[in-house]
Amino acid sequence: MTLTAREVAEITRLLEESIFDELHLEIDGLKLHLRRGSPAPPQMVDDSAAAGVSAQVTPIVPDDAGPAEKPIVREGDLQDVPAPMLGTFYRAPKPGEPPFVEVGAPVEADTIIGIIEVMKLMNTVRAGVRGIVAEIPARDGALVEYGETLLRVRRASEP
Amino acid sequence: MTIRRVLIANRGEIATRIIRTCRALGLETVLAASEADLDSTPARLADRTICIGPARPADSYLKVETIVQAALGAPADAIHPGYGFLSERPELARLCERHDIVFIGPTAAQIEAVADKLRARAAAEAVAIPVLPGAAVDSVDAAMSVARLIGTPLLVKAVGGGGGRGMKRIERLTELPAAIALAASEAGAAFGDARVYLERLVTRARHIEVQVLGDGAGRVIQLGERDCSVQRRYQKLIEESPAPGLPELLCHRLHEAAVRFAERLSYRGAGTVEFLVDEQQAFYFLEMNARIQVEHPVTEVITGVDLVAEQIAIAGGDGLRLDQSDIRRSGCAIECRVNAEDPARDFRPSPGLVTEARWPTGPGIRVDTHIAAGSRVPPYYDSLLAKIIAHAPDRTTALRRMHDAIASSAVSGVATNLPFHALVLGEPDFLAGGVDTEFVAQLLERDSLRVEGATLG
Repeated sequence: MTLTAREVAEITRLLEESIFDELHLEIDGLKLHLRRGSPAPPQMVDDSAAAGVSAQVTPIVPDDAGPAEKPIVREGDLQDVPAPMLGTFYRAPKPGEPPFVEVGAPVEADTIIGIIEVMKLMNTVRAGVRGIVAEIPARDGALVEYGETLLRVRRASEP
Repeated sequence: MTIRRVLIANRGEIATRIIRTCRALGLETVLAASEADLDSTPARLADRTICIGPARPADSYLKVETIVQAALGAPADAIHPGYGFLSERPELARLCERHDIVFIGPTAAQIEAVADKLRARAAAEAVAIPVLPGAAVDSVDAAMSVARLIGTPLLVKAVGGGGGRGMKRIERLTELPAAIALAASEAGAAFGDARVYLERLVTRARHIEVQVLGDGAGRVIQLGERDCSVQRRYQKLIEESPAPGLPELLCHRLHEAAVRFAERLSYRGAGTVEFLVDEQQAFYFLEMNARIQVEHPVTEVITGVDLVAEQIAIAGGDGLRLDQSDIRRSGCAIECRVNAEDPARDFRPSPGLVTEARWPTGPGIRVDTHIAAGSRVPPYYDSLLAKIIAHAPDRTTALRRMHDAIASSAVSGVATNLPFHALVLGEPDFLAGGVDTEFVAQLLERDSLRVEGATLG
């Protein structure tokens, strides 16, 4: 599966005219990521070429966002934190204890955000990104699949 | 325990085939799939697909704990392991037992008993089934003295091997010391068991196996034999039943031997006992495969028994619903394995995107496949694309149907071994029936150019 430049341009136009800021398209192993206002070009990934990449769809965020910029809360800055493995997701270290993180909490890349249990083996999961927790889609005690979104973080600029 | 929802811990054509039977039985299906298979045919057919990990089998399909966790989380009552991957890993069967998940297969103890090829040999001898001359060896000195008794050619085999893996052929005794050392280190790495044994190599032999079903309480029935002599480097390519030209009495003795072996284990579920038959029509026990096999459809079309349905019934506590007298075999069946392998390049795997796939239809034709136009053949897994099975009242008609079926199959985007099958189906020795396991090697030596010339679609 591949898209011609014209088709990409057409899809880009549709996005521009829409109310959405971001578009992730996946058809038969082809992934197209578009984001409004992004300085990076549209990115196409062929699965066969990107063998072994995680299911995580990483929005293209320029690394050189500029040191002067404060953490900007913008739709485009939402980043998914995917489950690194299949297992039962726990938001707290033990039942009854407060969760590792709540919506609104600041996280660093190495902040523990939860535990995934695989057959009594507890694996800590870290945010892997710096920012503010915006959303926690994964339910406490539920099965999460490999690559499933555990939380969404509004990315802060690099310090 | 009543099974309502089955987790299928496999991929490709066998996952597709298992889902089909589950649906016919009204069971819900959950497919445990790697990231590379989330778009596959079985993922589309299953009621639910759970992503268990990245493409690499060691990170997904081979993770025992992850598979059981997926079943607990789904939640599924049972796990069907298919073939390959975890199907013959006692750890999975045992973890299922511990968590009250039905493992659709034999007990962990039975898997262990046949996975250790020396134990399996001893079990065969205990029920008076001949085995090839051979013995375990733990040093080069021991190997040399055993080898002098056996004579050459011989095979160095891994105790934990099987299915054609972990074997080295020795023509002269001088090769033995180096081969033993290499075989032991390879076996240690591949099977976690560095033990090896020696066994006489029968060069002109046919590979005949017998399908059995056991209730786990000592009752076993057989569903006839399959001739799997058309092999390349110990990998089966064409299977058929009945075994052409095999004397009726010999067939009967093979069937009985298979039943005796499985009875001794109080075997539960579907299994296959493999034998070699030499030129003098003597037979020897090879190994038992404690799983559903790739070539099981050959037996299904001949007997009309859905082996996966019987596996599920036995595992679910319904027991063995069939008596030996219920098994009636009708006609002849042949199966060709269509692999994404390029005959022009020494059968090198040919992964990629399938742009066109045309499979045969017609009377007596069954195709088990997960491949259609747009399917991906990832490089991480085996290269089986489809199994074409031709069934007819007699062998000549079955061969003709297979010939037409292969001719009307077409796959583009990846190379396939379809030209190889076309070549074999035109070969007088194969058409006459009863070729031995050297047939493919000799054919390719003589006719490699013809295969190359016919390659690719």
